[in-house]
Amino acid sequence: MTKTITDVICPFCGTLCDDIEVTVSDDGKKLLEVANACVIGTEKFLHSQSTDRVTKPRIRQEDGSWKTISYEEAADYTAKALAKAKKPLMYGWSSTNCEAQSVGNEIAEIAKACCDNTAAVCHGTTLIAVQDIGLPTCTLGEIKNRADRIIFWGCNPAHAHPRHMSRYSIFPRGFFTGKGQMSRKMIVVDPRCTDTARMADVHLQVEQGRDYELLNALRVAFKGEWLPDVVAGIPAEKIREAADLMKSGRFGIIFFGMGVTQSLSKNHNIDIAIAVTKDLNEYTKFSIMPMRGHYNVTGSGEVFAWQFGFPYSVDLTRGFARYNPGDSSSIDLLKRGEVDMMFTIGSDPGAHFPISAVRAIAKVDSVCIDPHITPTSGVSKLHVPVAFNGVECGGNCYRMDNVPIDCRKVVEPPEGMMTDLDFLTMVCTRLKKLKGAA
Amino acid sequence: MAQPITVNLISGRTIQQGVAIESGKEKPSYRTACGIIEMDPSDLKRLGAWKNTNVKVTSDYGSVVVKAVEATQGPHPGVAFIPMGPWANSVVSDNTYSTGMPTFKGTPVKIEIAINEPVLLGVELVQRQCGVKVG
Amino acid sequence: MAEFIIKNGHVFDPVQGIKGDKKDICIKDGKIVDKVSGSAKVIDAKDKTVMAGAVEIHAHVAGPKVNLGRIYRPEDKLFSCTPTKGIERMGGGASIPTTFKTGYEYAKMGFAVAMEAAMPPLFSRHVHEEIRDTPIIDEGAFPVFGNNWFVLEYLKNQEIENTAAYCAWLLKVTKGYAIKVVNPGGTEAWGWGLNCLTVNDPVPYFDITPAEIIKGLIEANEYLGLPHSMHIHPNNLGNPGCYETTLDTLKIAAGIKPKNKFGREQVMHLTHTQFHSYGGTNWGDFESKAKEVTDFVNKNKNITIDTGNVTLDETTTMTADGPFEHHLTGLNHLKWANCDVELETAAGVVPYIYSPSISVCAIQWAIGLEIALMMKDPMRCYVTTDHPNAGPFTRYPRVYKWLMSEKARKAQIEAFKHKDKVLSQTAIGTLDREISLYELAQMTRAGPAKSLGLAAMCGGLKPGMDADVAIYNINPDKPIANPDDIEKAFSRCAAFFKSGVQVVSNGEIVNNGNKRTLWVNVKAKENPQVMRDINEKFVKYYSMTQANYEALGHHFVPNPYAIEVDATN
Repeated sequence: MTKTITDVICPFCGTLCDDIEVTVSDDGKKLLEVANACVIGTEKFLHSQSTDRVTKPRIRQEDGSWKTISYEEAADYTAKALAKAKKPLMYGWSSTNCEAQSVGNEIAEIAKACCDNTAAVCHGTTLIAVQDIGLPTCTLGEIKNRADRIIFWGCNPAHAHPRHMSRYSIFPRGFFTGKGQMSRKMIVVDPRCTDTARMADVHLQVEQGRDYELLNALRVAFKGEWLPDVVAGIPAEKIREAADLMKSGRFGIIFFGMGVTQSLSKNHNIDIAIAVTKDLNEYTKFSIMPMRGHYNVTGSGEVFAWQFGFPYSVDLTRGFARYNPGDSSSIDLLKRGEVDMMFTIGSDPGAHFPISAVRAIAKVDSVCIDPHITPTSGVSKLHVPVAFNGVECGGNCYRMDNVPIDCRKVVEPPEGMMTDLDFLTMVCTRLKKLKGAA
Repeated sequence: MAQPITVNLISGRTIQQGVAIESGKEKPSYRTACGIIEMDPSDLKRLGAWKNTNVKVTSDYGSVVVKAVEATQGPHPGVAFIPMGPWANSVVSDNTYSTGMPTFKGTPVKIEIAINEPVLLGVELVQRQCGVKVG
Repeated sequence: MAEFIIKNGHVFDPVQGIKGDKKDICIKDGKIVDKVSGSAKVIDAKDKTVMAGAVEIHAHVAGPKVNLGRIYRPEDKLFSCTPTKGIERMGGGASIPTTFKTGYEYAKMGFAVAMEAAMPPLFSRHVHEEIRDTPIIDEGAFPVFGNNWFVLEYLKNQEIENTAAYCAWLLKVTKGYAIKVVNPGGTEAWGWGLNCLTVNDPVPYFDITPAEIIKGLIEANEYLGLPHSMHIHPNNLGNPGCYETTLDTLKIAAGIKPKNKFGREQVMHLTHTQFHSYGGTNWGDFESKAKEVTDFVNKNKNITIDTGNVTLDETTTMTADGPFEHHLTGLNHLKWANCDVELETAAGVVPYIYSPSISVCAIQWAIGLEIALMMKDPMRCYVTTDHPNAGPFTRYPRVYKWLMSEKARKAQIEAFKHKDKVLSQTAIGTLDREISLYELAQMTRAGPAKSLGLAAMCGGLKPGMDADVAIYNINPDKPIANPDDIEKAFSRCAAFFKSGVQVVSNGEIVNNGNKRTLWVNVKAKENPQVMRDINEKFVKYYSMTQANYEALGHHFVPNPYAIEVDATN
């Protein structure tokens, strides 16, 4: 006999779908089938079942080979390395639950570490812009029930958030949007003709890196003022048409992604996108929302904020929390060679940082806590495999619209494997002893 | 003899990248999904390369060998796309301009044909780039 | 558990009518008791003031909009960081302190209980995570109901029983404490960029008026017999002339009698009254209507209020009154954050600087004090700053100073740039009342505890009650030489016991206590129709499934204290 577990939360992207159905064996040890999830989410659940998983911590020896050690030894190594370091960087946190993040923060406070999450290479610039100008936003259900104007700016949900359009933004029939897709107009702004752009009513194929100009042109167009014939590769007429389409809706939303946060104008792009949203509130109702990547990067920002006061890029080395992106941010710390111990959890900087920053990781004492083998584990001194959060253990996570959803455990981890929370708690206890903390 | 060409490089997610990172970054499927550069047909022509040719991509920040494939979400002449991952990150601009955020999108790169050079596996690529001794 | 005896202190306890007499307070097993054994630890409170732990009836201290404030205001941490110190975790933030700092600051001032004033139900799990990380003080949270689609639909058809059943369900799944109403109907209208500015403006599509929502929720509240009453932030907050809307709102409570077993006597609690007591037609002829509002409340015993005192600080405003924050950003042009919440509510956040050089801010300051000084019964008027909206809660000692000392008020009026305007537009210059320590104990302890339905548990020092005891460095036998001494004494307790554990000594945290989450567990009659409606809304309109909606489990509410209500009869 098998069991089917409903209302399971998918621990992949910030869409945090919570309608997944997972079939497990009667003893709860084998995960057999996944329904409702996208192809990525399905793979995430199924991969936990692969037989070639690393199930015990391993430490790199002088000759470069791995030696298997116990979790206790791994926790000892980690606590000692943290205690010894002058400026440890505790990075990641976006693929683990809020309880683990909370213990991690306690560790960071004792170790006087720098703490950062994957917003560093994702929506960090969004957070800077929000600190400049604010953020009119809403929950995803508001989009489903009210929105008749959907703008995807520099994001490609068809690939990065595969169920976003069907669950929240384009297709669902909500309270005031009974005709589903027919109730909505869709605008996509992207330098490529992406699979999302192909679905749009209007695709503005902006010149790469010219988003600021185009957003500025929209602000001009709202007011009906003069525009040059072409801005950022888009003819003025097309800009005016898009502006009118935005103004004429009853409830609109701009979703934006890495296309604007990672290109040259960075936070300034977001700044003006939010200004566009504010402008539109003079004519109708409009919101804006970052398409957060990791399923709990939002939660990491929330926990950092309520415990330390800042959402990412936090420097605790002076005994109180400082925040200064560019100075206290991971990439910059690594590039300047200031980090003398690297602690990675729930993310893969080895794959997702520019190579110059990864080289800095490879030079120092390093611990990588991750269920997978990754480029980060590949350059780390200690690899601590853990249970898959959201599959083999539960815990709270925050969706891209900041809505908290408690993940579910659906299957037992391989025998003897620890969770993030278990391992961090062990490290915390040891570190307190080493540092004589209260 | 084909000449190297210069294009504007961007990186980002693809659904194949998403599936590959969840099925194991040490596996060849990760290389298949992300060890590629998506180029507009006109740029491939300019380079004088057939589809599925290995090319060397070089920027001010590094170089990497990937397989040139035809753009799946084009046309985008002058713009090339490497899915998010260590191959892209071997060449993207690491400048943060004091924002904390590297410039992952919009790095000028040179592309040249490198038909005899292999595309490395993900973990292996990073280890080599970092000079990590592997036992 | 340890025993304590607090000797020689001057005790102020409205619950027992003790007005500064010297009396020993005995503590055993977390409760106040008649006597303790000889092994009890003796605490000498000679020449000091002893009161019950204070009770915060309305503050925004945990949850999504508070944290949005923290996230988007790094500048709030600029001069307010506190390093790790002994058992104290590091903290930061002036108007929106981190959770650890929030707990410590309340405890250092002698607070035992704080109520988070607006919990968006969809975000209850977030609110509870922050409450969990706020040490020492007991906390509850009020879910917001005034723009909830279930409530709007049921009340449109005058279905009080269904409304009550829904309220009971929501309190249970969100671990909520009371029925909170913010800008009834107006926040739903904000979904379309609109608002309801009077109690008679119809809500778009739902075709119901704020007056109907208010009345219906009072009735549902009394139908269930909840410990607290319907707690309202009325329509038209913060606008010149808004006092008329406030009076219209208060009138809705006329003739409704409280029905509960908790000793609560009101059916409506009007919060941050200062923001709702404005006359005039614009910011030029802006004036106080504190007298009109307090006159009405003085006459109607079924209403309690809190003040919402402006503290003249830079702060961060935040409210579920979404349209108001949009209006405010238009006035001060500071950064605007907003979050609309599906089927339920919205919230906005805007920083604000209450400058003593701006006449409107100075008049707001005066109105808040007038309200407290004009209210005849201190058991029905509680001191708040609507933290952080009118000022941070850490400024309570300064507000007490202004209330207790005419001299301090006069000094502040003198310091205003537009002193004459303050005197001409308000009656603050004519009020010579000085709140006594006994009255202060009523306004900050016994009063709010009674209004919240917690009179048997906290707010007093009667044997059997929780041993929340604060000792302050004030000698009531001596005249106060300098009003600033009042502020200083209330800023840092000499000692504070929370549930029988000494958590503060000489103003420093010595123990992280045993924090509890207070919530109201209503046993209601089975109502299959409401259960069906809930199921249907989740299937069709929510963006998450019903099975994932509840705040369930140890990591959200590790130490619950449920107040049981039987509404089956």
